[in-house]
Amino acid sequence: MGRYFVKRVLGTIPMMFVVSILIFLFLHMIPGDPARQMAGKEATEQELVQIRQELGLNDPLPNQYINYMEDLFHGDLGTSYKTGLPVSEMLLGRLKPTIQLMFSAMIWSVLLGIVIGVLSAVRRGKIADYVGMFLAISGISIPGFWLGLVLIQVFSVNLGLVPTGGLDSWQSYILPSLTLGCSIMAVLARFSRSSMLETMREDYVRTARAKGQREWLVVLRHAFRNSLVQVVTVAGLQIGGLLAGSVLVETVFSIPGMGRLLVDSIAFRDYKVIQAELLFFSLEYIVINLIVDLLYGVLNPKIRYQ
Amino acid sequence: MPEWKETVRAPEEEAKGPVVQAQSKPKAFFKKFMQRRTAVAAAVFLLILLIITAVGPQLAPYDPAAPDYDNLLSGPSPAHVLGTDEYGRDVLSRLMAGSRLTLGVSLSSVIIGAAIGTVLGVLAGYYGGILETLVMRGSDVLFAFPDILLAIAIVAMIGPGIINVVIAVAVFTVPSFARIMRSATLSVKESLYVEVARSIGCKNGRILSRYIFPGTMQSMIVNFTMRVGTAILAAASLSFLGFGANVTEPDWGAMLSSGRNYIGVASHLVYFPGLLIFLTVLAFNLLGDGLRDTLDPKIK
Repeated sequence: MGRYFVKRVLGTIPMMFVVSILIFLFLHMIPGDPARQMAGKEATEQELVQIRQELGLNDPLPNQYINYMEDLFHGDLGTSYKTGLPVSEMLLGRLKPTIQLMFSAMIWSVLLGIVIGVLSAVRRGKIADYVGMFLAISGISIPGFWLGLVLIQVFSVNLGLVPTGGLDSWQSYILPSLTLGCSIMAVLARFSRSSMLETMREDYVRTARAKGQREWLVVLRHAFRNSLVQVVTVAGLQIGGLLAGSVLVETVFSIPGMGRLLVDSIAFRDYKVIQAELLFFSLEYIVINLIVDLLYGVLNPKIRYQ
Repeated sequence: MPEWKETVRAPEEEAKGPVVQAQSKPKAFFKKFMQRRTAVAAAVFLLILLIITAVGPQLAPYDPAAPDYDNLLSGPSPAHVLGTDEYGRDVLSRLMAGSRLTLGVSLSSVIIGAAIGTVLGVLAGYYGGILETLVMRGSDVLFAFPDILLAIAIVAMIGPGIINVVIAVAVFTVPSFARIMRSATLSVKESLYVEVARSIGCKNGRILSRYIFPGTMQSMIVNFTMRVGTAILAAASLSFLGFGANVTEPDWGAMLSSGRNYIGVASHLVYFPGLLIFLTVLAFNLLGDGLRDTLDPKIK
């Protein structure tokens, strides 16, 4: 078990290294002069020199990377060109709303997704299955930003039930979390259904039925418990993608989170902030994938011994 | 003597297997596909959409760019079935004209992404070794950027605009094809007809183009259909964030983005473009599901 953990944890280090190089190179892959892009056409040569200095573009490339990593390990992500504030401070200030939104979306979507999936599998070919799967395929097809706008129009503007934006009260979380969690609910419903259908064909489920066990006990104790391992894995991977989804949802609902900061920074070509955000988003995704992998190893002993 | 003939002919026939069988397959496929009503409905919807895309400007009731200052932000009416926008332009005509841009961007990005991903995936699966490691680790790195974030990162780097959205969505599509095509190649590579083709002296290029690639086509078609839906959503999201088409252009995502400013007084500017994006993505996903179930009933 210990060996599996160490192997998996060490396995992510090269990936993090390559991702850090790519994100470091982000500034260098911008067509033209990044300093000119940031400062605009009317910037003086002196201003450009100063920006290049601040971005550390004057050193040889390997030195720039070493400095970048050194600063990173000291928690220094540079300074924002637009606000003049340290980027790490800006990110920390935006972290709380995004995390709160992620959790509120995660809870309902995972639970509802699994319930819809299991019910659809149990009632395969019946009306519940069709309704469940129609909801699921609609959930993956609906543009999240449009769903958010429609929900605002119906529940906030027309009915006045919840606020249109911001995160000032618990009610203000309802619409953004519904919008953000919709696609996860849909993916999980589809996956839980197919996973349950597969498990329900297993011999041990047939044996449980043959023993005369009640159907709901067969479903919950034998089929559902065994399909849960795969469902947990997919749920974990989906949650990793929630941060990316927050970019659109925070824009629609005017939430001052990490996603909104990314969109604003791109509009202002605030490259240091964009770079830091991309690093944060991708590392979060890699770490969640790692946790899912480790969890999968804990839940499924076969994986550990392979 | 007859036995000897049999043994000589058999491998060649085997090697020609997929080509010979291909004649009877479309009929069987069509019959099976027609039984999936939702997929057939999706295919019909997409066919109508494609026809509108091809002849859209001729069918449109108004010039999509012509303003009508007497009819600003008017709701649906007999004269303007889906209403007008902030310049009095007919929403239905703009949606019809916009299908070219929206579907053009999505289809071209998936075609580019699929072509690169397929070549990389098939070569990685067939040759293995360092090429496979490079392709797979490269895909892993691209997958480290969740969902649409990779496309946003690319647009942040190269700047907004339609061509850049095509590039961003194409790059975001490559790893999915590389992975799927590699695993499809790995399973086809083990087939008897490939082994036979190799044993009768076929060169790698011929084996890849005549036997491996046709064998992986099913996986590619299913993934392609699914990815078009994803690409429409990604391109519309980028346009909505202001990174894609110019808001003056009749792109569905851009129409939604500019309509958002008038949602309080003219919600039809948000409802109709969004609904059309939703229905189109839904149709591609239903068609993808139908094709997957027809071509490979094992996966459900």
